Amino acid sequence: MTHFLPEGTVKIAAQNLGVFYGEKQALHAINLDIRAGEVTALIGPSGCGKSTFLRCINRMNDMVDGARVEGSLTLDGNDIYDRGIDVVQLRARVGMVFQKPNPFPKSIYDNVAYGPRIHGMAKDQTELDEIVMNSLEKAGLLGEVEDRLSESGTSLSGGQQQRLCIARAIAVSPEIILMDEPCSALDPIATAKVEELIDELRENFTIVIVTHSMQQAARVSQRTAFFHLGKVVEMGDTEQIFTNPQHTLTQGYITGRFG
Amino acid sequence: MQTLILAGALLLMMSFAYRFGRNRVLAQVDGRPDALHSLPGYYGWWVALWCGLPAFGLLTLWLMAEPSLIRALVIGSLPSEMQALSDDQIAVLINEVRNAVLGHATANPALAMAAEHYTHLTRVGFAAMAAVALALALGGGLYAYGRLEPQLRARPRVEATVKVFLVASSTAAIFTTIGIVLSLLFEALRFFQMVPITDFLFGLGWSPQMSIRADQTGSSGAFGMVPLFTGTLLVSVVAMVVAAPLGLLAAIYMSEYAQPKVRAMAKPLLEILAGIPTVVFGFFAVITVAPMIRSLGEVFGLTVAAESALAAGLVMGITLIPLISSLSDDVITAVPQSLREGAFGLGATRSETIIQVVLPAALPGIVGGILLAVSRAIGETMIVVMAAGLSAKLTFNPLEAVTTVTVQIVTLLIGDTEFDSPKTLAAFALGLVLFGITLGLNVVALHIVQKYREKYD
Ligand SMILES: Nc1ncnc2c1ncn2[C@@H]1O[C@H](COP(=O)(O)OP(=O)(O)O)[C@@H](O)[C@H]1O
Ligand SMILES: [Mg+2]
Repeated sequence: MTHFLPEGTVKIAAQNLGVFYGEKQALHAINLDIRAGEVTALIGPSGCGKSTFLRCINRMNDMVDGARVEGSLTLDGNDIYDRGIDVVQLRARVGMVFQKPNPFPKSIYDNVAYGPRIHGMAKDQTELDEIVMNSLEKAGLLGEVEDRLSESGTSLSGGQQQRLCIARAIAVSPEIILMDEPCSALDPIATAKVEELIDELRENFTIVIVTHSMQQAARVSQRTAFFHLGKVVEMGDTEQIFTNPQHTLTQGYITGRFG
Repeated sequence: MQTLILAGALLLMMSFAYRFGRNRVLAQVDGRPDALHSLPGYYGWWVALWCGLPAFGLLTLWLMAEPSLIRALVIGSLPSEMQALSDDQIAVLINEVRNAVLGHATANPALAMAAEHYTHLTRVGFAAMAAVALALALGGGLYAYGRLEPQLRARPRVEATVKVFLVASSTAAIFTTIGIVLSLLFEALRFFQMVPITDFLFGLGWSPQMSIRADQTGSSGAFGMVPLFTGTLLVSVVAMVVAAPLGLLAAIYMSEYAQPKVRAMAKPLLEILAGIPTVVFGFFAVITVAPMIRSLGEVFGLTVAAESALAAGLVMGITLIPLISSLSDDVITAVPQSLREGAFGLGATRSETIIQVVLPAALPGIVGGILLAVSRAIGETMIVVMAAGLSAKLTFNPLEAVTTVTVQIVTLLIGDTEFDSPKTLAAFALGLVLFGITLGLNVVALHIVQKYREKYD
């Protein structure tokens, strides 16, 4: 496995990262750099370990009984799996958006205010209001929900719910946003809106997105990593991966010959 | 015994009918089931139903009609001067005849003859009925067997019959319930003719014993249910104060914290707790808890009655823990994992996630479970009979003895009871009130639980 040297600043770096679920090894010796201020797409067939890798970055795998990690995974040079790392603080820096929109059964306002509240980010109500409005604005949702902030988040449409979840993640001011197939439960119009949003968010956040759609990866990402059977087969600029893949497996996958 | 043999014979005939029907229709298509309208088994069932249903119908009718039929025939055969007696006296005579049939010889020759007649009638009647039933079974079976053909729509017919059975079973349960409610209602209405309903619902005194004294008229006893109601309320509140937090915390531990191994051990243990008969808990309340509370009260300089609402309520609360915890466990587990991940992903700790996300999402279901437990507490009888006392005192002090609606129903109906005295009828009125309250609570609780279900399915 080649180690892909960074061109920009490396935000997240995996070195010989391996992940096990009990006896079963889901990731094998992953070497991967994710650069700041870019959108990195993770592609590959189902079950190849994309979600597993994503969930290492904010240590969501800690929740899974029997999950074990070896090798190193660093964020700004600090080991994410170091004993001294506070998971709560890590997750404040690394936000996550899930495959299925999962707004809390609370008001739209409270959904967005949830993170800032648990992290004590606002001194008073005015500041909290500001954070909430700002996040909704950045998530491109403010116009649609401005006059119904007290309605339940679950009353929104699927696409709006997903953007609400993005706003909820943004509200904590993370440095990185992880997205695990964020559009797979959305219709094409809602998908287009979310993709547009991802492009805008790139200015302020480092984004790692898992996607099953080649077009989506091509549209939103600058760098793409192709996973296969728990390994990174190829990693490079998105354009290069899609126009001139180095590996036959990659070529097979992006031309739709398997997967 | 005879009836069982007959029923067995009919069942046997049905099983033959099934086999013959199935084989015949298969033979008609040379053993190729795909040429049949329905699966072969349905043809078998169709013949079997034709064989069994009319015969069993006759048997059922006979079992219902036989006693009154024979009774009428026996009365008709009695000497005319006996027939001229009043209905009550005839009933006595018939009773004697029945006893004679069972072997207690009677001194009256006319009755002895009647007893013989009775035996004879029973025997002949049964034999005739059995013969007709078997003939019906045979006839029905043959009729259906003769009509078998591959294009016969056997499946819809069998399914329709099955549906009729299912509907009949469920209506039987419903009608039983309606019957019970109606009888409660009518007896209670009789009670309200003797005691004004307002006195009953709003009266502050309860002393039904007075009303059976000879020098008093029935309605002058005190039948105010308020003290009973407050007693019930007091015990239930104590019980819920114990059960709701403990049950809920147990559920949270089980669903969110416990390792699978611990969970696998603890859940059955809690269910065992639910399986202990309440009389054992009542025992425990009287023998252990009440004295303990009493001596504890002495330490603090409090006088605690030997039987107290506190003791009964505490123990009742323990019995309700499994109910609350298992219902809450169900609804907490039903909260989608994605919600938890959403909270964890924002940096929430486990307890923050539970308190701020999981519990609010599960709240309607938990409230529903708690309401069900309240209705159980209100209707609970054994523990309060044993441990709450009998004094109908209007008090909100849990250290005193109180009495509850259920306890009074029990005491009203224990011992010598006249079925038209207000004392006895009061029990029905209390039962009606109790039924109304628990029904209301259950409806509200089920409604809440239902609403919750819809949200995540
Ligand atoms: N919680 C888990 N327990 C056990 N095995 C898991 C768990 N999650 C994922 N796996 C396994 O790890 C492998 C990678 O899964 P995943 O990362 O979800 O793949 P992807 O997201 O690329 O479809 C799969 O073989 C899957 O079966
Ligand atoms: Mg996945």
